[in-house]
Parts: sequence; structure tokens; C-alpha cells
Amino acid sequence: MTSITRILIRHEAILGILFVVVLFAMASQNDRFLTTANLLNQARLMTEVGLIAIPMTFVIVTGGIDLSVGSILGLCAILVGVFWQNLGLPLPAAIGLSLAAGTAAGFANGLIVTRFRVPPLIATLATLALYRGLAEGISQARSVRGYPDWFAVLGRGDFLGIPTQLWLFALVAAIGIFVLRFTTFGRTTYAIGNNEAAAEFSGLPVERTKLLIYTASGFVSALAAIVFVSRVSTTRSDMGSGIELEVITAVVLGGTSIFGGRGMVIGTLIGLCLMQILQNGLSLSGVRGDGTTVVIGAVLIVAVLISNVLSRFSSD
Amino acid sequence: MSRRLTHTLGSLGQEILLVIVILALFAFVGVYNPRFLSENNLTSIFVGNAYIAVAAIGMSLVIISGNIDVSIGALIGVLAVISGLLVTNGYPIWVAWLAPLVIGAAINAVVGCLIAYARVPSIIATLAMLSILSGGLITFTGGQWISGLPAGYQLAQFRLLNVPSPVWFMIGMTILAGFLMRYTTFGRSVYAVGSNPEAARASGISYKATVVKVFAIHGAIGGVAAVLFATQLQVIQSTTPVGLELVIITASVVGGVSILGGVGTVFGSTLAAILFAAIGSSLIFLNVSAYWLRAVQGILILATVLADMARRRRTG
Repeated sequence: MTSITRILIRHEAILGILFVVVLFAMASQNDRFLTTANLLNQARLMTEVGLIAIPMTFVIVTGGIDLSVGSILGLCAILVGVFWQNLGLPLPAAIGLSLAAGTAAGFANGLIVTRFRVPPLIATLATLALYRGLAEGISQARSVRGYPDWFAVLGRGDFLGIPTQLWLFALVAAIGIFVLRFTTFGRTTYAIGNNEAAAEFSGLPVERTKLLIYTASGFVSALAAIVFVSRVSTTRSDMGSGIELEVITAVVLGGTSIFGGRGMVIGTLIGLCLMQILQNGLSLSGVRGDGTTVVIGAVLIVAVLISNVLSRFSSD
Repeated sequence: MSRRLTHTLGSLGQEILLVIVILALFAFVGVYNPRFLSENNLTSIFVGNAYIAVAAIGMSLVIISGNIDVSIGALIGVLAVISGLLVTNGYPIWVAWLAPLVIGAAINAVVGCLIAYARVPSIIATLAMLSILSGGLITFTGGQWISGLPAGYQLAQFRLLNVPSPVWFMIGMTILAGFLMRYTTFGRSVYAVGSNPEAARASGISYKATVVKVFAIHGAIGGVAAVLFATQLQVIQSTTPVGLELVIITASVVGGVSILGGVGTVFGSTLAAILFAAIGSSLIFLNVSAYWLRAVQGILILATVLADMARRRRTG
């Protein structure tokens, strides 16, 4: 147990140092970087990835993975537009139905993983294709625009001087921290990741826990879709494609073991900030969006390598 | 011995099933719209998709070895551009044809080393590669298409005995890989590593060397696929085809390669690639929007995987 805490401390210490170094490097590169306006705006841009990263931390702690989150985001975004514009429902009802659809999509993932024992990797790879396919089929690649002004408050407005969606993100993150750290559910999550068979034999509700986690992942992806639609005030079927990569990178960078069993929501939050700062700093110094995905990919590999090296040290 | 017989019959079953489904699909769509069976359409189905079948051979090796590769679509895009840039910059045509094989093998050998030696899970390593390759490609080319390809470069437009060369490549490489997997020590070690890495190690098979070799071969096959992709038109797109990796994985999985590793043949994946291409084409002839194609793909993977899990549970 002590060795595990030691790894976590080490990983987070390294992350912290890295964070400060990057912060300084970026600030010295560009004087527009370390301003309140820029930092708040970056936080706004980070919210969709950040939201999904919270349940993804749970998923990866159980030793699973959810590749379908970007497709659920796309599907739910499309559904908001379809329910509202094509079916003529009031926007709040459309949002509610879209959240329900996302939850159902996550529940389906959970069922495939628990009831049919399909490995999460391939189950969510299949639903990645399926949900994105549904989004493309339903929307016929047509976008929906012209959302009312009040809806933009969530994605572009402020509340008490802070971007509205950050309050939502803070709430979800707080729930994530509390549940993973202080509840039986959280301890069951770790137990599954450490040794699923042992967890099952000790009478823990393995299936129910996993089912709930994948369902939550679907729900939060739908939530991220609402925030996304509100922020850009349009819906397209390709929304959120590739977002799973950023989410997984943030989680793994934050010290959650890809093999399951260890990880913390706090780590994920640090990982997120680090990634966002890196992206922002790069784009401020003239690297275009596609260039930053190269960096994210490289960071992901390095993060796993460091985490592997650290765990090898601690086992010696 | 009898177990091996049932095993062979079992894996053959998937292939016979695929042949039946393909024939049924051709008959059904052909009756509905005879133009579906015109020589033009059949040629375009086979020629336009042969590179997918070729790439699926390598993917099958990867999945049989118990790994996955989601970066193959991006790799094919990168190798196609490399080939095009070589030939438009005055290098001999044979260099432009061979370089993708060598570079593909080299890139994937590095990925294989990350997986085998640095213990980075294949999904993470290849997810990172996907973002590095696709981001790097767009940054490098700026999204500009490559044109002005010299005469004699269009390998995929050649014909032998009036059969287009991609079809020859598809058949030839399937047979070659089938032979490799079935009758060589290497082939047997791939199955061994995939079905039980511990047992394979105990019986003197090097897990690490096998995985690196599998990925290198997969990269070289990806190079062949890239050349077929690059030479089928007069221009080369410099963005990676979106979702190509999913089509290739679908072909492997639907072709009977078990996602749990250790089981499957390359014949099935080629048949599945043909089936999938035929489905895509038949949607058009049945007046169904092509935007549903990806949903069909998701359902196909899901159904095959669920059937595979059910079959495994039944046989114990």
C-alpha cells in the first residue's frame, strides 16, 4: 500500500514540476499567455474534454476503456438539433431527450461489456462506429443552426465572472473526486481494476459497478455534447471525433494506470490543465491545430512510458 | 486431433458463411437493380477496395497476436503521400513503389518495440501514432493534393489477363499470408503468442520478437495497400481517409479473427472486406443514403463479436 502511494506521489510530483516548467516556458514565449482572460478562455475550451475525462478515469481504473465517447458526443449533439428543429420540440425537452439518449448509449456499452463479456476495447470500438454511423445517418450530414440566445449562456456566457460551463465541470469533477475517493463504490472500482476475479469472489457487485460507470460515461458525454453545441451554436455529425484520444491522454497523463487499479481524479485534472496549456502555448507560438495533435500523441506515449518505468522501479 | 478438426471446421464455417452472404447479397441487389451486377460496378467494387482487403491481412496478424492497431488508416495516408512525393520529385517509379513498404515496416517496427519492450498497450501506442501520423501529415502537406503523377506510376490501373492488378495483389497476398500463417514456425508462433503468451514464452517462443515482427510485416503490407491506394487515381489526397482503420478492423473481425487473439485466418478477412465493399455499393443501388454505411459497419462488428463470444461460451 505504501509503495502505491509512493508511486502516486512521485507521478504527481513529476507532473507538478512539468506543469510549472511548461507554464514558465509558455509565459516567457508569449506575454498574452499568462492573462486572466486567456486562462479563463482556455478553461472554457477544456470543459468538454474535461467533463468526459472524469468518468473515463473511473473506466480506466477498472482496467477498461471507452473509445465511443466522441461518437456519443456527436450523436447527442445531432439529436439536440433533430429533436428541436425537425421534430419541433421545445429546446429544454430536446436537451433532456438527448441526455437520455447518451445515457442509453453508455448503458448499451455497459451491457455489452458486462453481460456479454466483450472486451471493452472492442465493444466500444464497435459502438464508436455504430454511434457515429447513427449520427451521420440521422443527420444526413446536414448541420443545424440558429439556436436561441439563452442557450448560448451555457457555452459562451459567464456566471459570477467565470465561464458558465466551468461551474458544471467543477460540479462533475467534485462528484468524481468524492465518489472515487470516499465511497464504497470508489473502492469497488479500484478493486475491479486490481483483480477483477478476486473482486467478484469477495462478493463485490462487479457487474453493477461497471455497468454504472459505462452508463455515467455515456451521460457525461451527452452533457459535454450540450456544452459543445451551446459553445459553437451549431450541430454537425462529426462533432467530437477524435476527442477520445485527448480524454485518454489527459487521464493517463494524470497518473491513472492504463492497466487499471490506480489513478485519481485530481491527477486527471492536472493532466488536463497540462495538456490544455501545452496546446494553447503551441498555438500562441504559431503551431496550427494539426501540429498540436502530434504533440498530444507524443505526450501520451511518453506519459505511459514514464508510468511504466516508475512502476518498474517501485516493484524492484 | 478431433478438437483440431472441429477448430478447423469452425474457422472454415465463418468463411463459408461469408461466401454465402456475399452471393446472397449480389443475387438480392442484382434482382432489385441489375446494374449492380454490371462489369463496371463489379470492377469498381473490387478495384476500389482491394487495398482495404490487403491491409486487413496485416491487421489480422496483429489481432491474432492479441494486439490491435488503430493507426493503420493514418499510416496508409502517410505512405501514399510519401510515394507520391518521391515520384513527383523525380525518383524512379520502382523506388516510389518500394519505399512505402520499407518505411511502413520501419515505423511499425518502432510501434512494435513500444508494445513489446516498453510494455505500452497496443491500443495506447497506436492511438498515439494515429494522432502523430495524421496530424503530422496535414501539417506537412497543408492538405494539398499531389498531382502531376508520371505515366507508368499507376500500378493499380494495370491489368493482367484483363484482371485489374489490385485484384491480383489481393488474391496473391491472401494466399501468401495464408501459407505463412499455416505452414511456418512464424505463423504458429503468432497464434501461440495470441492465445496464451505465458505458455508461448514457456515453450521457447519469444513474445517480444514475435510482436515486433508481426507489426513490421503489418507495416510492410500497409505499404502495399498504400501504393494500391495512391496509384488508383490521377491524384493523391494528402489527408488520411477518415475511419479507414475501422473499416480494416471490421474486415478482420468479421472475417473470423477472434478479438481475444489466437484464432482466425486471413482468408476470412479478405472475404469480409469484399462483403463490406459490396454492402457499401449496394446501399447506393438500393437508394439508401450512403451516410448509413458506418452504422451498418458498427452493427456488423458488434454482431460478429457477440456471436464469437456466444460460440466461445458454448464450446467452453
